[in-house]
Amino acid sequence: MRIILHVWRQKNASEPGRMVRYEVNNVNPHMSFLEMLDVLNEELVQQGEDPIAFDHDCREGICGMCGFMINGRAHGPEPGTTVCQLHMRHFRDGDELWLEPFRARAFPLIRDLVVNRSAFDRLIAAGGYISVNAGSAPDANAIPVPKQAAEKAMDAAACIGCGACVAQCPNASAALFLGAKISHLGLLPQGQPERYQRVLKMVSQAALEGFGHCTNAGECEAVCPKRIKLEVIARMNRDYLVAAVKHLGVKEAVEAGVG
Amino acid sequence: MELDSKCPSGPIETRWDRHKFELKLVSPANKRKYTIIVVGSGLAGASASATLAELGYNVKCYCYQDSPRRAHSIAAQGGINAAKNYQNDGDSVYRLFYDTIKGGDFRSRESNVYRLAQLSVDIIDHCVAQGIPFAREYGGVLANRSFGGALVSRTFYARGQTGQQLLLGAYQAMQRQIAAGRLTMFPRHEMLELVLVNGRARGIVTRNLIDGKIESHAADAVVLATGGYGNVYYLSTMAKGANATAIWRAYRKGAFFANPCFTQIHPTCIPVTGEYQSKLTLMSESLRNDGRIWVPLKKGDTRPPNQIPEEERDYYLERMYPAYGNLVPRDIASRAAKRVCDEGRGVGPTGYGVYLDFRDAIQRLGVNVIRERYGNLFEMYERLTGEDPYKVPMRIYPAIHYTMGGLWVDYNLMSTIPGLFVIGEANFSDHGANRLGASALMQGLADGYFIVPYTVGDYLASTKLEKVSTEQTEFRDAEREVAERIRRLLSVRGRRTVDSLHRELGKLLWEYCGMARNAQGLQYALKKIPELREEFWQNVIVPGTGEEFNQSLERALRVADFMELAELICYDALHRNESCGGHFREEYQTPDGEALRNDSEYAYVAAWEFTGVGNPPRLHKEPLVFEYAKPTERSYK
Repeated sequence: MRIILHVWRQKNASEPGRMVRYEVNNVNPHMSFLEMLDVLNEELVQQGEDPIAFDHDCREGICGMCGFMINGRAHGPEPGTTVCQLHMRHFRDGDELWLEPFRARAFPLIRDLVVNRSAFDRLIAAGGYISVNAGSAPDANAIPVPKQAAEKAMDAAACIGCGACVAQCPNASAALFLGAKISHLGLLPQGQPERYQRVLKMVSQAALEGFGHCTNAGECEAVCPKRIKLEVIARMNRDYLVAAVKHLGVKEAVEAGVG
Repeated sequence: MELDSKCPSGPIETRWDRHKFELKLVSPANKRKYTIIVVGSGLAGASASATLAELGYNVKCYCYQDSPRRAHSIAAQGGINAAKNYQNDGDSVYRLFYDTIKGGDFRSRESNVYRLAQLSVDIIDHCVAQGIPFAREYGGVLANRSFGGALVSRTFYARGQTGQQLLLGAYQAMQRQIAAGRLTMFPRHEMLELVLVNGRARGIVTRNLIDGKIESHAADAVVLATGGYGNVYYLSTMAKGANATAIWRAYRKGAFFANPCFTQIHPTCIPVTGEYQSKLTLMSESLRNDGRIWVPLKKGDTRPPNQIPEEERDYYLERMYPAYGNLVPRDIASRAAKRVCDEGRGVGPTGYGVYLDFRDAIQRLGVNVIRERYGNLFEMYERLTGEDPYKVPMRIYPAIHYTMGGLWVDYNLMSTIPGLFVIGEANFSDHGANRLGASALMQGLADGYFIVPYTVGDYLASTKLEKVSTEQTEFRDAEREVAERIRRLLSVRGRRTVDSLHRELGKLLWEYCGMARNAQGLQYALKKIPELREEFWQNVIVPGTGEEFNQSLERALRVADFMELAELICYDALHRNESCGGHFREEYQTPDGEALRNDSEYAYVAAWEFTGVGNPPRLHKEPLVFEYAKPTERSYK
């Protein structure tokens, strides 16, 4: 197969970037997309050029390190797939593809297709945990957890923090990422004591980081490699409403724009 | 130098409790005056960082990824063992201890392994309290499954994403400490040198991967939690960035490296498809609970699997090991796969593959049960291969997966360098010559949550540490050394890419120090590796500069260390004239092809000391004493 790539090249955040055209010949359909880029990079290095920088690590779709836009779609055309698990058999000979980094104010560019997603870590630091020190836990079976709750919590906990949801959202909102963590912890009995504080803290941190508001466009769900559902956002909104009324009082909550 | 394991004596059941009482404590008010560096943020590093910070120490954690949540523990699929005996099937701390010692082919320390089995119980409690969404039964209690090398059901799991969930639990605990101001995270920082002051580990030198800045960081103790060195083989199930640089730099500074030839080959990986292949993908061993492994009875049978009738299939594991069947330990399953493929009965385009078939399980349990148990794994297999495992059997082949060897540590998890602790896969401590499935997560978390927080405290409380500053010569010299290494790599400007040299090294090791080894092959590898290392330093091409985001340079620095480590692995494999666990020497096997251990001569830990690049390393032996689990032939028949 022959694939034509237009890749966003930008040396660092302060220099201007541009699209550069590359042709990759002899693409094997069993290659992953990143292996195709490896092959191109080997050629570029041999020719004395700088290889294309892209983030990747586990290459099995779980670490969340990889991700860029292929023809305007985060992680490319296959649903439920990270770009490291996207195989060339899904493309046709002669296809022309445009590769761009994830764009969002909260994700500043580092180089080429690499962005800084540390804002996600700070969202978790704002409250995405259960406060328990090592050593203080009761027996693991002391608190039964209904199977259904555990399954639903796991559905949400499957988020890999890749940032595709933010990149695809017209508002660069982190609602799916936040909703996933808030749902995961809020569905379990262990997560109840901090449930409402958690949602207030995480949502306000997201605003500080420069993530946009959710307007229910649903683009995030469409590109999520782990198929996190929009219902996690509904759950977050419900918890936020309850939390705001509980902690701020109805009047202040309305003034703060809740609901 | 005499190796002192500091293992307590007396009844094994109370050794850890007594030892804990004897460990010195740092007063709560003084803990914040101590700084501890943790390198790596996988299960071991994240749990250690979070717990040390919870205790009140000032912790700094470093990782090369963009976030600590991405460390490769995240890719562990199947589960975590714990001796809870929730299934009432006869499990106990002692049984987990015994299974682990036997699974490791009697090449691990009894005291360490017993402690690991004891702590397994606390780990599950803690992880549930953190909100890990483990699989549950309808009554709300925790579910378990079986794993290789055990006849009880003691593995806890969160679908096929157990490592991810456990890591996120530890990562969230870290983030809580970051918010509390007790922990500072340095993502996209790679440790390139260890700094010793007066013979003690007092800091590290890192490279900021975004702008290339070389920086020194001082501390009172250093904890390495940088994982295994499987990527020395180029193709492995490890993350692409996983590397041995941190432990290798410590080895060069005087930390002994133990049992480097104990590498684990995982039996259920997706076979290689071509030269461009960048890594291998594992399919969880839990699949062997319901999948049946087979190859055609006849050589060169190229019919599609579904057209091969039952009587012309060889379910070779069930045939050779009727007691454990498809659930034999990893090393045994891997070697059996190699043997049938070497006989010419392998399947797939390369002939290096065997079938893992779910036909019977689907007939017995229904497709829905199989989907619930393995749905995400089946989906992943289909995504990678384009084949539907509900209809056609999976094709699998062994691949490098885990390294039991690592830096030598005593019972306190401290290396031969005072103040340098090593935890998780980076040390050698608990798995002997072969690790059982679902035990890596257990060890990483035991080390990080429940062992090193105590033993680091003991070191700090019992040692008089002078103040150090990153301005002093030891740090300045280390920075200069790192800068010089980078300058050399950038100035070669040869003709071969880092990857092409790394791939060549990997092939050499896989061929001569992989699933089966012999003296002649190892001697050949020991001749070739220095030549390849020379070629690397003469002919590598690393584009760009050191003062920018430069992924080629990152790789070059890692591969430069692999070029030295590969030699040590072969020295160790050549000296160990026996077969045990993952180390199979063709000269030492039973008439029916099983590993032949030599307890009278090799029941010891081989701890190697660095004597200079290209020089043979110096061997130190730590004898292994078995008071409880008496060495027997490891039979799974």
